[in-house]
Amino acid sequence: MRRLSVFNLTTLAFGLAFLYLPIAILVIYSFNDSRLVTVWGGWSTRWYAVLLHDRDLLAATLNSLAIALASATLATILGTMAALALTRFGRFRGRMLLSAMVYAPLVMPEVITGLSLLLLFVAADVDRGFSTITASHTTLTMCFVTIVVQSRLVDFDRSLEEAAMDLGCPPLRTFFSVTLPLIAPAVAAGFLLAFSLSLDDLVIASFTTGPGATTLPIRIYSEVRLGVKPEINAVCTVLVAVVATAIVMASLLSKRGAAAPGLPGR
Amino acid sequence: MKRGFAPWADPSQQPLVRFDAVTKRFGDVTAVDRLSLDIYEREFFALLGPSGCGKTTLLRLLAGFEAADAGAILLEGRNIDGVPPYRRPVNMMFQSYALFPHMTVAANVAFGLKQDRLPKGEINARVAEMLALVKLERFAHRKPHQLSGGQRQRVALARSLAKHPKVLLLDEPLAALDKKLREETQFELMDLQARLGTTFVIVTHDQEEAMTMAHRIAVMDHGHVKQVSPPADLYEQPNSRWVAEFIGDINIIETVVVSQTGDHAVLETAAGRRFSVGGVADAGAQAFMAVRPEKIRIALTPPLGGGLNHVAGRVVDIGYLGDMSIYKVRLDDGSVMRASLANARRGSERDIVPDQPVWLSWPPEAALLLTK
Repeated sequence: MRRLSVFNLTTLAFGLAFLYLPIAILVIYSFNDSRLVTVWGGWSTRWYAVLLHDRDLLAATLNSLAIALASATLATILGTMAALALTRFGRFRGRMLLSAMVYAPLVMPEVITGLSLLLLFVAADVDRGFSTITASHTTLTMCFVTIVVQSRLVDFDRSLEEAAMDLGCPPLRTFFSVTLPLIAPAVAAGFLLAFSLSLDDLVIASFTTGPGATTLPIRIYSEVRLGVKPEINAVCTVLVAVVATAIVMASLLSKRGAAAPGLPGR
Repeated sequence: MKRGFAPWADPSQQPLVRFDAVTKRFGDVTAVDRLSLDIYEREFFALLGPSGCGKTTLLRLLAGFEAADAGAILLEGRNIDGVPPYRRPVNMMFQSYALFPHMTVAANVAFGLKQDRLPKGEINARVAEMLALVKLERFAHRKPHQLSGGQRQRVALARSLAKHPKVLLLDEPLAALDKKLREETQFELMDLQARLGTTFVIVTHDQEEAMTMAHRIAVMDHGHVKQVSPPADLYEQPNSRWVAEFIGDINIIETVVVSQTGDHAVLETAAGRRFSVGGVADAGAQAFMAVRPEKIRIALTPPLGGGLNHVAGRVVDIGYLGDMSIYKVRLDDGSVMRASLANARRGSERDIVPDQPVWLSWPPEAALLLTK
């Protein structure tokens, strides 16, 4: 064990404070009784009650959740398929290209992704709204699923699939009865990652949104421009809680997956 | 048990599996090269060879995981080219066992039966029967990672036998077991094969394993079959220098055939030493005299009887193995021969010491005449 010196403790404290102090203040002020955001007026949960009656905010939350669910589902299916293609087909023509293309959204500035998607939707004359945000978020989050699932497939024992086929199981059924259950933790982790990324996103959503499809981050951002209302603190705290839970579950799932018995082989 | 079973010697027998000039290439490497081989019903057949000789590829061709580039594979006389692995009546036991980690032992064994959509009662009965066969009834509800290596091996065996395959393919089935367990399991497998009457095709690089278990062994190298014989014939009658050196230990001496009298040939080394060996060869031809270390008598005095091949030399090295000792003897011409001697009584290995002059002798019938 390394000793915790005063220096180490100080740097750790500063680091944590730098990362989490703003969030902590946000969380604390969400329980502020005062109408003014900058004045402490004692503990209260009144803004959470107000939140429940704010129709616009609730509608935006439902929109965000629906988009996150739909895009994460699509991204999980596509991302898992891409991971399978990249790990299974060995060296095929264009493998490097495909792998680079899958990972591109990871490093692409969101403004550019958003703008290019907007241009595409305009050119294709698609009505912007729920479906365009969902499609855009799928584009954004698919590569995260691919990375998580691919790392799991790399040390997957192929003889398990061969054994299933040898015992009379056709390839598709083999995938669902042997491969998928064994990579399920990684797939679920990828889903949760995609879900929280979609829930978070402001930039791409604001490019591709349309009438009636305001997401929660867009709503919060536009309200904050008119001055911070206390219930925004409350809704942000809820958002932080949801995303944090998803991320913790995702990392637990991938950890459990890595420690799963019998994978790989010996 | 092995005796009297020789369908390969009976021309009226149809082989269960026939490889007919099968070729399989991986890129530039030819893993199996125009290979032909017959395997008969109820046979315990071993594919033996160094790693990379193509034996596992041959097994995977039969299982359907690889497709042959040329030639045909026939099962009960029917070409099975293009039949996917999940429709072939053969099952495989994998080297890694490939047990499904998310299923219990019972579910693993039942997996193949469920694919055939058998009624539930029948599946349960067959699983119970299989687990009883490998003595794992008490472990039916465990997961594979809760079992020892030997138990996992038996689950893999039960799973691959559950569908009553026409041929059971075993890919290095004992490689992951320790020596003692391996020897026990060898006899269990033989017993099982004899009881079930299933044709077993085993891939192994362990010649002792192949010799112990198989009715016949195919020795492979670089995608070719060098020889197919019952174990004793393979050891005593290898058809080439390569097989002789691959199976067990052997002394090879390069000679030229001087003359042939009856069923004996007289061979001469480059140094002018002459040997008499049982066998037939053309005078003047190149030939190898091969003699196994245990067939050589090592003595401190010259042999008395005439007609024995003998050479003189000095002991350079002694390998003590407990049950026997191996003596390396350097001859006058500088070549080294090995002779082994059973340590039949305690302390007998102390009679011969390093640097001692000794005589090696062997009867003409003990040596082999190899022409290739």
